Amino acid sequence: MNPYLPIIAIGAVGFGFAAFSVVAAAISGPRRYNRSKIDAYECGIEPTPQAAGGGRFPVKYFLTAMLFIIFDIEIVFLYPWAVSFDQLGLFGIVEMFIFIATVFIAYGYVWRRGGLEWD
Amino acid sequence: MNAPNIEYGILGPILIVLAAALIGVLIEAFVSRRYRYILQTGTAFAAVALAFLQLVLIRQTSSKAAVSSMSIDGVTIVLQGSVLIFGFLGLLLIAERGFQSFTAQAAAIPGSNEEQKALVSGLQQTEVFPLTLFAISGAMLFPAANDLLTLFVSLEVLSLPLYLMAGLSQRRRLLSQEAALKYFLLGAFSSAFFLFGSAFIYGQAGSTTFDGIRKSIVESGGSDQFLLVGLALLTVGLLFKVSAAPFHAWTPDVYQGSPTPVTAFMAAVTKVAAFGAAIRIYYFAVGGLVWSWRPILIAISIVTMAIGTVIAIAQKDIKRVLAYSAIAHSGFLLTGIIALSKDGLNATLIYLFTYGFTTIGTFAIVTLVRDSGGEVSDLNRWAGLGKRSPLVAGTFTLFLLGLAGIPLTSGFVGKFAIFTAAYKSGNISVVVAGVLASAIAAFFYIRIIVMMYFSDPVEDGTSVVIPSAMTVATIAICAVATLVMGIYPQPVISAINSLAFFAG
Repeated sequence: MNPYLPIIAIGAVGFGFAAFSVVAAAISGPRRYNRSKIDAYECGIEPTPQAAGGGRFPVKYFLTAMLFIIFDIEIVFLYPWAVSFDQLGLFGIVEMFIFIATVFIAYGYVWRRGGLEWD
Repeated sequence: MNAPNIEYGILGPILIVLAAALIGVLIEAFVSRRYRYILQTGTAFAAVALAFLQLVLIRQTSSKAAVSSMSIDGVTIVLQGSVLIFGFLGLLLIAERGFQSFTAQAAAIPGSNEEQKALVSGLQQTEVFPLTLFAISGAMLFPAANDLLTLFVSLEVLSLPLYLMAGLSQRRRLLSQEAALKYFLLGAFSSAFFLFGSAFIYGQAGSTTFDGIRKSIVESGGSDQFLLVGLALLTVGLLFKVSAAPFHAWTPDVYQGSPTPVTAFMAAVTKVAAFGAAIRIYYFAVGGLVWSWRPILIAISIVTMAIGTVIAIAQKDIKRVLAYSAIAHSGFLLTGIIALSKDGLNATLIYLFTYGFTTIGTFAIVTLVRDSGGEVSDLNRWAGLGKRSPLVAGTFTLFLLGLAGIPLTSGFVGKFAIFTAAYKSGNISVVVAGVLASAIAAFFYIRIIVMMYFSDPVEDGTSVVIPSAMTVATIAICAVATLVMGIYPQPVISAINSLAFFAG
């Protein structure tokens, strides 16, 4: 069998499904127009009126999440290292300290630039 | 289990730049504002120079490193050298006196009091230096990667700082932020393609290293659909980075919106890094699949040249013209990959080396033409520049002729080498398309030259600023490189020819 055949078949199925869905929705779907249907995001929550401060989302949550990732990744690497610590020897310790140092540089930057202050 | 071995010596150039980037982050966090600029620039220039020195010391290396996830060989050395040189020139432009291209505080809302206050008080943030160094280290790692995972990590290390740097422009903040967001969203999209492709290839080859993929293609005869799907998706990710059509849509917007020094840096360094990685993939990892990928790359190359040159004619903005010109050059560069021969390899490396100088020089000139509101990128207002400022216009003419590939400029040497290689490999179609596209491209380059010299200057406050030594040095180096490599290219060509070999 020509190896390109399955690729074309998958492509055709994908395209067919997309085309079928759009057409089927247009034919069979109910048409009820109301205010929330015309909204940009049809999810029930009104994007307007804007929140205080011009509708900007507070960046605090994002910063906290990023900080969490920094330490999360650190643990992800620390754990397997701790398990095979005796086999990796000096090399493992040195590399791990370099790794932790880089993580702490990120942490130090966030701290000094006020990323830990909630208000 | 044995501890793995890391070859610090031959990875030195990358590690030096990375370490300097981390030091830059610490400087930004702990040093008083008054000393930051001087310390940041000092660290950045010293690191790039040191890394280059180390690269010269290890130039004879040809081996795999870091458990065969990287390959430090002649090709890598040439590409890393190019990245360091262009990175240095880009840093010179970025560090230009008073930071006039960069916003004082990127996080402030455009036009807000906060922004104004930061600007007036001169409390300039200097994060752009560590970001540039991170981008340089990613660009050095990208062509050295010998493993799909390393390749992906280096792609992100290269791209993420660039997304941020695109949004730092001091003038026209909204356009700059728009550019950054577009670049980020499309970049993330293409990274997903890239990863998806890597997963398919791993599924078929059972290995993420290029050696493993190469071996599995030989063993399976290369007719596995997962391999082909994986390669196709990987190609999409790579072609996005080199801005080949139809994945080029981000290029004009990002080139236009970014601060011009960043555009210069990005245009040269990303192109070198991305084509460097593409060379290693197509020549080394999936060279055995050439009959599958060559027809596709030929089509993409021709479309890219056509789109780049034809749409450039209609542009009214100098940075957009140069962006479309960069797209067309991606098309020309793809012919070197299509050739798949030692000639093609040499030619691609020479082309990248010559193209980087010319591009950085061009954008450096763009930073000089200003009015009271900042850079003037409207092409009509460049009219009569030759009468107003003959030296700047003359240098710009040299760069444009270099981009057009006129003889006695380095652009001709690169183009000649790359089209010869493609012709010798029997791919006549791309050569014909390339020569035709070059002719069309020459039209819009020469139109700008004609405009500068044969129109009367418009009296609307457009003037050429007197640059500081940093920009002057950049323009001078680029101009000399464009001219010298055009007139006497032999030393550079022989040096690259003798270095450019892959480590088995």
